[in-house]
Amino acid sequence: MTLADISSNLLFVAFIAYLIATFVFGGAVKGNKKGTYRSEQRWGKVAITITVIGFVAQLGYFITRWMVTGHAPISNMFEFTTAFGMTLVGGFIILYALYKTAVLGMIVLPIALLIIAYASMFPSEVSPLIPALQTNWLAIHVITVVIAEGILAISAAAGLIYLLKVIDQKKKSKQRFWLEAIMYSLVLVLGFVVTSTFFTLTNYEADFAYVNKDGQPSEITYNMPAIFGMNEFEPMTDGAFTPLLEMPPIVHAGKLTTVLWSVAVGTVLYALIRLIFRKRISEMLQPFTKNVNLQLMDEINYRSIIIGFPIFSLGALIFAMIWAQIAWSRFWGWDPKEVWALVTFLFYAAYLHLRLGRGWAGEKSAWLAVIGFVIIMFNLVAVNLIIAGLHSYA
Amino acid sequence: MDKLICKCGHENPPGTVLCESCGRPLNEQEQNKQLADMRYEGTARRSQTYNKSIIDKIWNFFSSVKVGVGIIIVLLIAAALGTILPQKQYVPATTEADIEAYYTDIYGSVGTVYHALGFHDLYNSFWFIGLVGMLAISLIIASLDRFVPLYRSLKNQRVLRHSSFMRKQRILAEGPGDTDTLKKAEEKLADLKYKVSTDKNGLLAEKGRFSRWGPYVNHIGLIIFLFGVMLRMMPGFYVDETLWIREGETRAIPDAPGYVLESKGFTLETYTGEGEEEKFGEAIDRVGTVAKNYQTDVVLYKIPEGALPGDTADMEMVEEHAIRVNQPFKFDGYALYQMDFQQDELKTMSFALQNKETGESRGDLTIDLVNPETNYELEDGSVVELLGYYPDFSGFENGEPQTATPLPKNPGFLVKMTTPDTPDGETSFITIQNTVEPLGDNDYKLAFQGVETRDASGLTVRKDRTLPILGLGGLIFMIGVAQGMYFNHRRFWIQQQADGSILLAGHTNKNWFGLKKDLDQVTEHASLPAYRDQQEDMEAQEKREGEQLT
Repeated sequence: MTLADISSNLLFVAFIAYLIATFVFGGAVKGNKKGTYRSEQRWGKVAITITVIGFVAQLGYFITRWMVTGHAPISNMFEFTTAFGMTLVGGFIILYALYKTAVLGMIVLPIALLIIAYASMFPSEVSPLIPALQTNWLAIHVITVVIAEGILAISAAAGLIYLLKVIDQKKKSKQRFWLEAIMYSLVLVLGFVVTSTFFTLTNYEADFAYVNKDGQPSEITYNMPAIFGMNEFEPMTDGAFTPLLEMPPIVHAGKLTTVLWSVAVGTVLYALIRLIFRKRISEMLQPFTKNVNLQLMDEINYRSIIIGFPIFSLGALIFAMIWAQIAWSRFWGWDPKEVWALVTFLFYAAYLHLRLGRGWAGEKSAWLAVIGFVIIMFNLVAVNLIIAGLHSYA
Repeated sequence: MDKLICKCGHENPPGTVLCESCGRPLNEQEQNKQLADMRYEGTARRSQTYNKSIIDKIWNFFSSVKVGVGIIIVLLIAAALGTILPQKQYVPATTEADIEAYYTDIYGSVGTVYHALGFHDLYNSFWFIGLVGMLAISLIIASLDRFVPLYRSLKNQRVLRHSSFMRKQRILAEGPGDTDTLKKAEEKLADLKYKVSTDKNGLLAEKGRFSRWGPYVNHIGLIIFLFGVMLRMMPGFYVDETLWIREGETRAIPDAPGYVLESKGFTLETYTGEGEEEKFGEAIDRVGTVAKNYQTDVVLYKIPEGALPGDTADMEMVEEHAIRVNQPFKFDGYALYQMDFQQDELKTMSFALQNKETGESRGDLTIDLVNPETNYELEDGSVVELLGYYPDFSGFENGEPQTATPLPKNPGFLVKMTTPDTPDGETSFITIQNTVEPLGDNDYKLAFQGVETRDASGLTVRKDRTLPILGLGGLIFMIGVAQGMYFNHRRFWIQQQADGSILLAGHTNKNWFGLKKDLDQVTEHASLPAYRDQQEDMEAQEKREGEQLT
């Protein structure tokens, strides 16, 4: 087995460990019917042990991959997103050590699983560094950011648990709708993973020629049956599914096709869940939060932002500016990724001012923490894949 | 307004809620509260005291947290708007008209509207800069409004607080004590690294007061940072120039007087996927080629002081250097960055002056595309005069040929050819694929013979004297954030009444859990009466009442 094989096997081990730990944490929470913490503690201990084993395996993946590539494995979508999953679990382990909250594991681990699964949909082969990335600042800047984002995501998980507990599922309300919308969007990510995996396993490929937005002839490979066609497309693969609709040149119909497939499959999955269980997902999860200490969740929410915000400022703004000055001759250039890092910073600054200055705690804080996570994910997913800029990789 | 004189004799500034010295509530509203609002120690904030003049109103507006958060949110949304479509600096067009056309061509009506709203250059717009300015003002005013009175109050605080102040603290203990209780409490508190001061029958133990300054310190950091950014607009602080330099060329560095740069050549390396790089083979196959290195080898010269401008005869070599991405060449406060390149740029073009009918040549001429001459004299006395040169010909505007850039990408020449046969001269406009004879048919033409090419490097010349200021601002910001977030201010007041009973109050600006842990240790050591958390009691009370109702 080469080192590269060991590396990817370790990642697989981590994935399986997180998957098992999710259910054990769930069992620990569910089994605790009386609200006493003894049984929760016993199963919680087993679950956290499995989580730590998974985390160590993933750390092993990270280190061995670093050895294989010769650079910090955070240089493309696959590597960065995987590392994000890892820091999320790492942040959870630290907070578990402090607060012993099994329910947090039950929510954080599935999110980490989704994130790692999402990461594996991107090309994972070992890739060389372009000149702009050949510096130690790559490791310093990106690792600091990914740690900060992992910790900040914990605050969103704590917020989510808070909302699952306090929002009345019997009464129709805006809160109930938006909470379910969050659940739905998590299922959509699952839809993307399922669709991509299916078409990758079946080796679907269709080539098209098209005219790009600068009027130049180009080619594109679809890995899913093309629903939308690129501008003035011509099929190059025999028997390929003919696109139903042609898009104007500025729309990347290939990406739009992937999005539509994911949304369609995700919606079907969601509809199936609703049909089988006859309940909203948040309603199904609510019983798990029966014994949740709301004050503690609020504390975890706030505490993770207090830890994450300074690290984020350091990594995503200060280190980023130092590197930008070295690589691009200016510390700031209003590149979309830079702007969204600033937006994230401003958002959490607003959170802190509202909390400390205007007493926004509890449910309000919980919503803000969840929105913060949405902004982080937007910067990771949308800014890389939709808004082109200097940071577009993969 | 008059100063407020407390019963204890301390003079407080008007608007004070809790006496700076003894902590007595100074107005009725405060007297009726179950718990004292300790956020700013009940001090007199200017914004809460005056609201008459226009200055008061402006001050009050900017000192509000609500307004500050409002500015942050608007700024955040505005910043996000600017990422919907690329900003103008990332668009492949240079003139204003071309930029406008680009947005319409590529993004249709959305692009037209985006450009019309000025969002293509959003971050330089007056309103955006205005918002940042408002944020800066808010940072300054909101900080001053709180910092000054808070500082006064913490400096003036007395050991012996009035019992009404102590009973309104969240952590409270009352009960019997021994003769050595105070002594023992003092010992333990000192053990826990508290600064303890005593006065008559009481003590004040304090720890981590500096954490109260954290927010103001980080705001100072931000203000210094914004000041540094503003300073770039001052002449001499900031240089941003582009230097295109070709292989073998020697050029003066723009905005760096006295310095001359020679290019030894440009190198572009790509990953081969062989040998050590075999592991990258799969990735390289997928994406085609991946660049490994962009490099310009240069020699820096300095012209001695006192030499005439452009006099390069006695310049001295300073240093040879390889400029690469991520490895700028720094000298004397300047930095040169490898930013762009142009491979196989046209260097010269050669032509033969031919008779169109006979094909007979009167001689060859070679035009240097960077520094063309105005007259080219051939051996037999024929002359080719270069009336106009357009290095990157982009078409005609009002009959005038235009050039898109100063780089010789698509050279166009307007020439006048004079031969012994045609003494009046003939005019011709020549581009790579095309010849136009604007003033009628000519007898002679310039027949294309060949080109020479070379690589050119696009370097950025940068001087930024604001960087140390920005660095200082960032550092102070981080210190302030850590100071305010990772430390907390804890205080205990303990008094022994005449009858020997103990009254204890505790306060912290955050982390009550930590405060209680300290107090548990002191309580055990000094056998203090058990304490209670009045806020939790109140919340439990409310909960019970709520449950009774349902």
